[in-house]
Amino acid sequence: MIDRRTFILASTVAAGGALLSLYVDAPVQAQQQPPAAPPLPPDAFVRIQPDGTIVIQVNRLEFGQGVHTSLPMLLADEMDADWSHVKAELAPAAAVYNDPFYQMMETGASVSIAHEFQPYRELGAKTRAMLIATAATRWNVSPDTCRTSNSVVRGPNNQSARYADLVADLARQPVPQNVRLKAPSEFTLIGKRTRRMDSRPKCDGSQAFGLDFYAAGLKVAVVAHPPVFGGRVKAFDEGAARTTTERVDIFEIPLVNGTGVAVVADRFWTAKQARDRLKIDWDVSNVEHPDTVDLRAKYNSLARTEGLIALNRGDLAAMDRVPVSNRLVAEFDFPYLAHAPMEPLNATVRVDGDRAEAWVPSQLPTIDQAAIAEALGIKPEQVAFHTLFAGGGFGRRGPLDAHIVRETVAIAKRYPGTPVKLVWTREDDVRGGHYRPMCAHRVQIGIGPDGMPLAWNHVVVAQSLFEGTIAAAFELHDGIDETVIEGTADTGYAIPNIRVSAHQPKVNVPVLDFRSVGNTHGAFVMETLIDELAARAHADPIAFRRTLLSPEAKKRRRVLDLMDEKSATWRNALPTGHALGIAVHECFGTAVGLAVEVSVAEGRPRIHRATAAIDLGTAVNPLTIEAQVQGGLAFGVLQLMGKGAITLKDGQVEQRNFHDFTPPYMRDTPVAVDVHIVPSTEPPTGCGEPPVPVIAPAVANALSRLTGKRYRSLPLVSL
Amino acid sequence: MATYTITVNGQNRSVAVDPDTPLLWVLREELRLTGTKYGCGVAACGACTVLAGGIPTRSCVLPISLVGAREVTTIEAMAHDAVGRVVQDAWVATDVVQCGYCQSGQIITAVALLKRVNNPDDTAIEQGMGANLCRCGTYVRIRQAIKTAAQQLQQGRTR
Amino acid sequence: MTRGITHIGNILVAIALSVTTLAAAPSRTEGLAAWQQVYSVLTHPRCINCHTATNHPDQGDDRHRHVFNVVRGPAGQGVPGLQCATCHQRSNASTGIPGAPGWRLAPLSMQWQSADGRMFSGARVCRSVTNRSTNGHLDGPALLEHHAQAPLVRWAFEPGHLPYGNAFTVPPLTHEAFVSATRIWVEAGTPCP
Repeated sequence: MIDRRTFILASTVAAGGALLSLYVDAPVQAQQQPPAAPPLPPDAFVRIQPDGTIVIQVNRLEFGQGVHTSLPMLLADEMDADWSHVKAELAPAAAVYNDPFYQMMETGASVSIAHEFQPYRELGAKTRAMLIATAATRWNVSPDTCRTSNSVVRGPNNQSARYADLVADLARQPVPQNVRLKAPSEFTLIGKRTRRMDSRPKCDGSQAFGLDFYAAGLKVAVVAHPPVFGGRVKAFDEGAARTTTERVDIFEIPLVNGTGVAVVADRFWTAKQARDRLKIDWDVSNVEHPDTVDLRAKYNSLARTEGLIALNRGDLAAMDRVPVSNRLVAEFDFPYLAHAPMEPLNATVRVDGDRAEAWVPSQLPTIDQAAIAEALGIKPEQVAFHTLFAGGGFGRRGPLDAHIVRETVAIAKRYPGTPVKLVWTREDDVRGGHYRPMCAHRVQIGIGPDGMPLAWNHVVVAQSLFEGTIAAAFELHDGIDETVIEGTADTGYAIPNIRVSAHQPKVNVPVLDFRSVGNTHGAFVMETLIDELAARAHADPIAFRRTLLSPEAKKRRRVLDLMDEKSATWRNALPTGHALGIAVHECFGTAVGLAVEVSVAEGRPRIHRATAAIDLGTAVNPLTIEAQVQGGLAFGVLQLMGKGAITLKDGQVEQRNFHDFTPPYMRDTPVAVDVHIVPSTEPPTGCGEPPVPVIAPAVANALSRLTGKRYRSLPLVSL
Repeated sequence: MATYTITVNGQNRSVAVDPDTPLLWVLREELRLTGTKYGCGVAACGACTVLAGGIPTRSCVLPISLVGAREVTTIEAMAHDAVGRVVQDAWVATDVVQCGYCQSGQIITAVALLKRVNNPDDTAIEQGMGANLCRCGTYVRIRQAIKTAAQQLQQGRTR
Repeated sequence: MTRGITHIGNILVAIALSVTTLAAAPSRTEGLAAWQQVYSVLTHPRCINCHTATNHPDQGDDRHRHVFNVVRGPAGQGVPGLQCATCHQRSNASTGIPGAPGWRLAPLSMQWQSADGRMFSGARVCRSVTNRSTNGHLDGPALLEHHAQAPLVRWAFEPGHLPYGNAFTVPPLTHEAFVSATRIWVEAGTPCP
């Protein structure tokens, strides 16, 4: 098992001297305390309005995972707030809203609940204590004699006061240093299936997303990006672009990588049409032209050589003692994947002299704020940064190079005092890079006489996500990027002699975290190979895993058992033409066990049913967890889709829109998903990413039973 | 540029735009009805779905010049529609939404389905909703919510 | 018998007048040649893509399955929630979506290709097209009118352009030539190979 080491990086990002502490690779167990930081001031997180409404600041991006509801639940429970009067807002960029481990605002790595479980509860408990103290003073009683519930404080002699009526005096209360948090048996909200607070607006058209932002005088910008990453504009002909009947401004802008041409108009359609009509002469001579066919050959050949060693346990020489007939060699290929969130990328910035204001659906508000400041030569505090609701993210709204806001600023600074909204079209998004990396795995397995893997030699080839970024020195350990070898080097299987090594080629394709990151391919390789070994040994796939999982892999064992129990009836009564597929994986501290029932219809896998078990410690909102598991499984089906691949030819991305990069529709995803949460009082771990890696291998394993083939190359173009 | 008068949510609205401007952008920018969403621009995802003459219609590929006299109904009017209201309530009761960006289109499509089919079975749901993309994967809950809405509508009818 | 002959003569003249191009009916050979021309249009993607034997339309010159899971539906017009009219308007749209009044699939009974996309022979398609019990009771003149006037047929010859600008390919004959060939075939008595 890889030791997750932690580092503190203080790095100066902006010319203005913004200090970024990046507490990287934090342990996911919330038991560990975050580095000492000043206690969070409740008044930055909670506002009690005269009418009794309690407004809670959520220091995360709401992009579907439900933090807009589950973080307030933590605070409201400890505060004994009347939940029916709680509202939430997405916090603007400010240091007070930093993730306590990362020392920056961040949404991703499935840590929102894990990292905020303590802090948000403390905020609620402190607020409650201050409300009691206020009432106790007013009534001249001891705080110990007061009780709270549903936004009311009650005194020992039938006194009562609404929280809203205590607010005026509340401000004078000192914030307590220490507070007692509730025992789980005292929870009124935490652990209960709680409906989302943002449901109704998202059903009636009133929820505003980044793309919906409007302010008086708004201008809309669309940018022509180079066809090969890093290309530059040589010249452009505006002629055809200027046939529109409205004013358009057309000018070259620098990009984080290369240059482009911006088109600005009052209306999106005008800007887009003009952009599409531009004739641009690109200089792509000084950049590498990546090509999928060439890369695949290169990756496969790299995979046949040992890379940087990430895991070395036991002695690989044991392989030599395994007869050749008991050895298995498997080579896997995975393509680039675009996140393709439903809402295309966008940002709005207004520059006003030495100040700026920004409205962005961002996973990294403080990073984006610092980047805007740097681009304008001002301080981050001079940038008022509003976090807007996002139509999905999956990692795409959190690039460390802040290229979306930088692109916006390059345009907005030409229009002082005017809000400028940058819109990426779907084509820009599909073709714009920042993908889940293409990768290759090669695994040689020596099978012992008991059918278990005795020796395992595993090479992974994938671009590093963090090389060359501000996190480079700290996400790479001994030169190896964690995201390349996760899912494999951290395997919970007790393989006695195992080596995992990695090659991290540099390719001119920008890459980025993609929901569950390296686990997307790591889990596919591990879970399909383990299944193949089980089949060879004529063993039940669940029993085989139970035997092979290390005793320390507690969460994996628990979900295996719960999934076993909950799928037992249907698993053993499958109709003809239907097969079972199993997969178990742990990532970001959470384990998921999955059983699927699959048949083949019209040449495609049809997933009739999925039974999922999840162990994520304390379940804060079982309803959101159920939704995240259902959603994460459906999201993970992308890897199996016939057109679920981004490919490049002679440097250019071949896909353009959803007709040639096709994510899963309803028919492609499980018809029914039942979710079972392992009861636990351990600290909570995350749930946004862990369900994603298990669906593709589980389905592939079922397909293997139906077709007799093993699937080593994704996407599944044909079965 | 030309002037078009279209009927949106029961009101006549006049706009001056290029004839090939998709209805989607007329709704979002000229009329500031941003409930209808841009997801792809090529009718692949359904986020832009409105009702036009009662038919679920992908507004991103419908140029304003082809709208004509058809009544356009957007998500903003669904709360005032007998079926729309039941569908929205079912969506909320079932906790369907995640990011929510696709849901205006999903709801409009579900409303169109339920106005034509009283008790859609799994096949009818899957075929009718089959071209509406949800990247968050709320499909399982959409299926449930449609069945809930169908039941409510049925009870409403037999009352 | 003078009156009977005159009556028959009037009918003959009427028939002759209705045949505007030829003085005498085309021969069977000429009719068969004309049918081959008609067949060359029917089997072009602009026509055959909606004359499928499956529960879905096809698309493109490579006749792949229409994207986005659209299905035939009971009347060939899609299903509630996802109709042909959801995207296809009464005329080609500048957005790159083809359109014509009544956009829908041809009935399954038309039988021009197999379920796995193999075109049937000219002989077999000819028999389908002329089978009045499955072709909507169309006789020769009605078939001619269908080829000349039906909006979906006419669309095939002016199909417009695709979303990213390239033009749809058109059948090997112009609409005019297609109608002429049809006329010859009809006047020859709609012979089949």
